[in-house]
Amino acid sequence: MTLLVINYGMGNLASVGRAFEECGANVSISEDPRDLDSAERIVLPGVGAFPDGMRNLIKAGWPEKLREVLRNPEVKLLGICLGMQLLAEVGHEVAVTPGLGFIPGTVKRFIPLNGERVPHVGWNEINAAQPHPLLHTLPEGTDFYFVHSYHFEASRPKDVLATTQYCGKFNAVVASGNIFGTQFHPEKSSKQGFQLIRNFLAL
Amino acid sequence: MLKTRIIPTLLWKNFGLVKGEGFDSWRRVGTVLPAIKVYNTRDVDELILVDICATQEGREPDYESIAEFSCECFIPLTIGGGIQNLDHITRLLHTGADKITINTAAYTNPSLIYEAANRFGSQCVVVSIDVRRTPAGGYECYSHSGSSPTGRDPISWARQVELLGAGEILLTSVERDGTMRGYDLEVVAAVSSAVRIPVIASGGAGNYAHMADVITSGASAIAAASIFHFTEQTPLAAKHFLRTHGVHVRPEYHPSAGSSPAPSLPPLNLQSA
Repeated sequence: MTLLVINYGMGNLASVGRAFEECGANVSISEDPRDLDSAERIVLPGVGAFPDGMRNLIKAGWPEKLREVLRNPEVKLLGICLGMQLLAEVGHEVAVTPGLGFIPGTVKRFIPLNGERVPHVGWNEINAAQPHPLLHTLPEGTDFYFVHSYHFEASRPKDVLATTQYCGKFNAVVASGNIFGTQFHPEKSSKQGFQLIRNFLAL
Repeated sequence: MLKTRIIPTLLWKNFGLVKGEGFDSWRRVGTVLPAIKVYNTRDVDELILVDICATQEGREPDYESIAEFSCECFIPLTIGGGIQNLDHITRLLHTGADKITINTAAYTNPSLIYEAANRFGSQCVVVSIDVRRTPAGGYECYSHSGSSPTGRDPISWARQVELLGAGEILLTSVERDGTMRGYDLEVVAAVSSAVRIPVIASGGAGNYAHMADVITSGASAIAAASIFHFTEQTPLAAKHFLRTHGVHVRPEYHPSAGSSPAPSLPPLNLQSA
């Protein structure tokens, strides 16, 4: 399985690459959108702010090329953390910024309801909103590692695969067709993270 | 529910892991890479790795070694020591750090907190605050591995770093460090209630009850070193204890039936490393 990790200057690329390699993928980390032609799986990682992320993606020409290769349903994309948020139509971090628009929705800052501390940092449970092969064998309430201040509000309930409780309820996993996103970091979520990565590779 | 994190702290000096007392009297306790591999298999929630000599020796982080360590770390890794500017932070995050922690540079150049949070997001900026008690009964922040008084009060400094964009505070009592006499609950309570970002309590854990106490005092996470290096007590047993005392900690992961076995790293003994 060939897997390309998009290097747009926003990520913990080494960690992401290593985790997918450990789970059996043949990983390359690339700065060149043309490399997407040979990838069966694509990972959009991300640590950082939404506007910088979009600016860097656009500057290198990733959005058009991603749209092109993702027309093939056999090619699957996983966005992680900021990478998941960038799949949305609009982000509200720092300034209102258009996103990739791959999954309808908006990225908004957490508003504490009961004195919750923001950022949301640490291990928290995910609860499946619908059965999906990406969540195969992950028991209800499995903990994953989160670290974020913003969250993805999906416009369509059918795009939500799992939710997590914090400042109310937010979307932990979203999907539309061959495009997936996790707000948590599977590459930093130990054994359960590996399970989700293997599920993604097996889709 | 968000879980309370148990975070072993690894202090790194001249190619080895060390642990001291009061930020002094360093004892060698092993090597870094095997320790990271061990903790990866033991359900700890995160790791903090600090190069305690970098700032004092005036050098940059050792990116090459950190790249090697992060390759074996499949839980969140916070890196500190020797960070002076945005370029250092950029390189560390690209090298495999998930979060960075700054201490001395935050005092000399507070705008670094703002710049790093703006560029990479608050969630990866951990400001480390080392405190000592003052003769008058208050507290003072210290820089340069606990050796230089800054004249700053931890509560107002914590509020300031929060405003500048810090995502977490790693709060260490220099006097309690390595003593295993328990956390300084007073300063943890004061700082935790002064800010709305998570506070990681550090310095003084000697038994599991100390951990329960500091969570009651307001800490969002527990950092500890000596207890794990020098006693039979383990992060896993700490979690069992805390769970029976009403603290929400992350349970061990057991996949449902029908799963392919998750790849696991071979267990290693820290002592034999």
